[in-house]
Amino acid sequence: MKIHIRNGRVIDPMNARDEVIDVFVVAGKIVGLGTPPADFHANRVIDASGLVVCPGLVDLSVRLREPGFEYRATLESEMLAAAAGGITSLACPPDTDPPLDEPGLVEMLKFRAKNLPGPRVYPIGALTQKLEGKLLTEMAELTEAGCRAFTQADAVPTDPQVLLRAMQYAATFGFSLWLRPQDLSLARDGVAHDGAVASRLGLPGIPALAETVALATILLLARETGARIHLARLSTREGIAMVRAAKAQGLAITCDVASTHVHLSENDLVSFDSHLHLVPPLRGLRDRDAIREALRDGSIDALCSDHTPVDEDVKQVPFGESAPGASGVELLLPLTLKWAREMGVPLIKAIDLISWKPAQILGVPGGNLSVGSCADICIFDEAAEWVATPKTLASQGDNTPFLNHSMQGQVRYTLIDGHIDFEFAH
Amino acid sequence: MNLQLNPDGSLRHLLTLDGLPRTILTHILDTAESFMDVGEREVKKVPLLRGKSIFNLFFEPSTRTRTTFEIAAKRLSADVVNLNIATSSQTKGEAILDTVDNLAAMHADMFIVRHAQSGAAHFIARNVAPHISVVNAGDGRHSHPTQGLLDMFTIRRFKGEFHNLTVAIVGDVLHSRVARSQIHALTTLGVPEVRVIAPKTLLPTGVEQMGVKVYHDLEAGLHGCDVIITLRLQSERMKGALLPSAQEYFKFFGLTPAKLALAKPDAIVMHPGPMNRGVEIDSEVADGPQSVILPQVTYGIAVRMAVMAILAGGTTA
Amino acid sequence: MPASLPDANTLITRLADAIAPTLTPNTFIVGIHTGGVWVAERLHVLLRCTQPLGTLDISFYRDDFSRIGLHPQVKPSNLPVDLEGRDILLVDDVLHSGRTVRAAMNELFDYGRPASIRLAVLVDRGGHELPIRPDFAGHTLTVPSNQNINLSRLDDGHLTLTLA
Repeated sequence: MKIHIRNGRVIDPMNARDEVIDVFVVAGKIVGLGTPPADFHANRVIDASGLVVCPGLVDLSVRLREPGFEYRATLESEMLAAAAGGITSLACPPDTDPPLDEPGLVEMLKFRAKNLPGPRVYPIGALTQKLEGKLLTEMAELTEAGCRAFTQADAVPTDPQVLLRAMQYAATFGFSLWLRPQDLSLARDGVAHDGAVASRLGLPGIPALAETVALATILLLARETGARIHLARLSTREGIAMVRAAKAQGLAITCDVASTHVHLSENDLVSFDSHLHLVPPLRGLRDRDAIREALRDGSIDALCSDHTPVDEDVKQVPFGESAPGASGVELLLPLTLKWAREMGVPLIKAIDLISWKPAQILGVPGGNLSVGSCADICIFDEAAEWVATPKTLASQGDNTPFLNHSMQGQVRYTLIDGHIDFEFAH
Repeated sequence: MNLQLNPDGSLRHLLTLDGLPRTILTHILDTAESFMDVGEREVKKVPLLRGKSIFNLFFEPSTRTRTTFEIAAKRLSADVVNLNIATSSQTKGEAILDTVDNLAAMHADMFIVRHAQSGAAHFIARNVAPHISVVNAGDGRHSHPTQGLLDMFTIRRFKGEFHNLTVAIVGDVLHSRVARSQIHALTTLGVPEVRVIAPKTLLPTGVEQMGVKVYHDLEAGLHGCDVIITLRLQSERMKGALLPSAQEYFKFFGLTPAKLALAKPDAIVMHPGPMNRGVEIDSEVADGPQSVILPQVTYGIAVRMAVMAILAGGTTA
Repeated sequence: MPASLPDANTLITRLADAIAPTLTPNTFIVGIHTGGVWVAERLHVLLRCTQPLGTLDISFYRDDFSRIGLHPQVKPSNLPVDLEGRDILLVDDVLHSGRTVRAAMNELFDYGRPASIRLAVLVDRGGHELPIRPDFAGHTLTVPSNQNINLSRLDDGHLTLTLA
């Protein structure tokens, strides 16, 4: 397959490129920019006039719900949804049922994903067996099976000794640990940010301390062990300040936030809408503003969707009983663009946060448009407006707080490994 | 979007006192006043809601509250059906909406809802047919509007006005839907000083933002008060490291005759019930001349009649 | 048309004259809110009634509640004596459909069992929908159904009938 992407505005953060130029793709690779290689005869010409051509998005947290939660969403539905969102590589957390704690399960997932259209799937292995926080998994075996990093999903091990040993063991092999800083005992029974809004609504709170206490432990242990740490889903102003300070002191850590938390805060909870029940909880306005600023100054390295499709049955209950999480692969791009517009951030910097930077964190090819690199490409219309509805969203999970909200920025084509895996139907 | 008001500003459901305008609160209290003598007549009934079906939907058991709603509904001549729905994990989830849909199909006109989760009454109100009104009879820690209203009714009966009062709420504000409803009502009705008195473990984060003054010392907090509301302290609070013991709590936060003497001489003492004598309140105070705890119970029926009458009358046929 | 309505105070005097011979020491005058109470207050004075005056708010007994809802200003009923075995003189300003009087009688019976009830109205305007007729009427006329007769009271206590 030879593809000619004509006349698009190519934005490639890694190469600091932002210009209108043609892109030529042959056999899954980008083979030329501007001028075609000799003997190039396109099978397909994509007219990208007025469109942005950027590296395919790399999403650091997408729950595909297999194995175990196929009733909530299937691999097929969510991979198609991700492709529709312009995503070409995704990391899949291990909080499946059973959790991804054995090589066989990881191989099965990779095998299933490989035979379906859609993004490259990179499993993140369970750090402890059954994610129980007690016994380490066979990290080396899991890495051979295809795991890119290890995580406890939504919690750190409650036992700091387990965490210390996990870091020491991972550092032995140079494996990366992705940790979401949340102290489980401080967060116990909580469903919303412990602040004035939750107090008024009588919702049990999760204090900001649950994040900062866990973060302090992680940072101290990381310094001690030299383990490679990525901090997942920061949510508080204090937590961001701690990460910023640790980075300034030379600690090699990275971190991400979820795109929902860039726009929403506790103030949106007033109607008890369970679609706003998220993990970590939506925090105060000052926390949200700190996230927006830290994305601009580079303290936060990446944005992800933290895609968590659930069916309506578990959202159609009172707030505290609802399953947390939001579907988001198709909103990652528009929500990132919305942040950039509102903050006056250049497009190339916004795209960096959802392509090149996360590709480096994940340690995978893609995330750039260099000649010779794999042809994972997203082509989108920066100005197109659309409304997020169950009909316009391909994900099986309609659980988004942005339901019926107007979005700006719409994917037209998604190329994965040189194939057009998604093409917008007018 | 205001779930509990009709577009014309009249009451559609009663879910919370937070954000309800003063005119509606006063209208409910005034209407309750006219229901007061129904209970003292030969026939303790008015035919207002004849032919209406009111369902007591109690997902969390409470004989007391359910009974007062039942009496109120019956005095309005409504037909009352009581449903005690256990909240075992099996009956969670969609079962709530199934229950609601089933009852709606039986031509229910009003649901009185009690649930352990904050926001449960909002959730049901959002999902009921347009002709059905929802009254929140207590949801989690969030709201218990009829209790808040009957407390305002009690204060008005004994004190006349709100604009010159100092009111103290003593105890477990953190877990109390009653306290939240009282705070919203008191501030809306113009009480210039509302105090909360409790140890730091029993106060919600940022409670000052609800318009109250915070005290951690009972004696300082009671000084100059016209109204003292003591809250029930549940024994399970001693388990979660919130308090060491009921004895220590009583010593520092229990309302005794000596502590009560620090308030104004004509101060009234209220309690939403059921009381733990010797934990949050001394029997001598509970049964003493300043206690208005039993009138509260009597007024509760008139207030609930008023709420139901206003809601049932507001629905368009 | 408005000019043809008689003076309310004259009508009240005429009513009192008609009622006076039938008054027993046991008679208890009850006015229906709001206009009926004004008339009852005058009659109570003119008839030198020794019993206290009763007032009745029939909001909780209306048969149109489910259509129009609760009246925004419900006043408490006030019946200071036991109704058991009493002769009651029920007073209203205008008799039209008769539904208000029906509601009032229902309410009275919820307080006790009177020996008798008689009805006095300032104006019987016709248009009855129930088998209810006044025992005493200050004035009787027929008014088209699209018009209303209202009794209003000025600050000085002067009562006026108007047709609108």
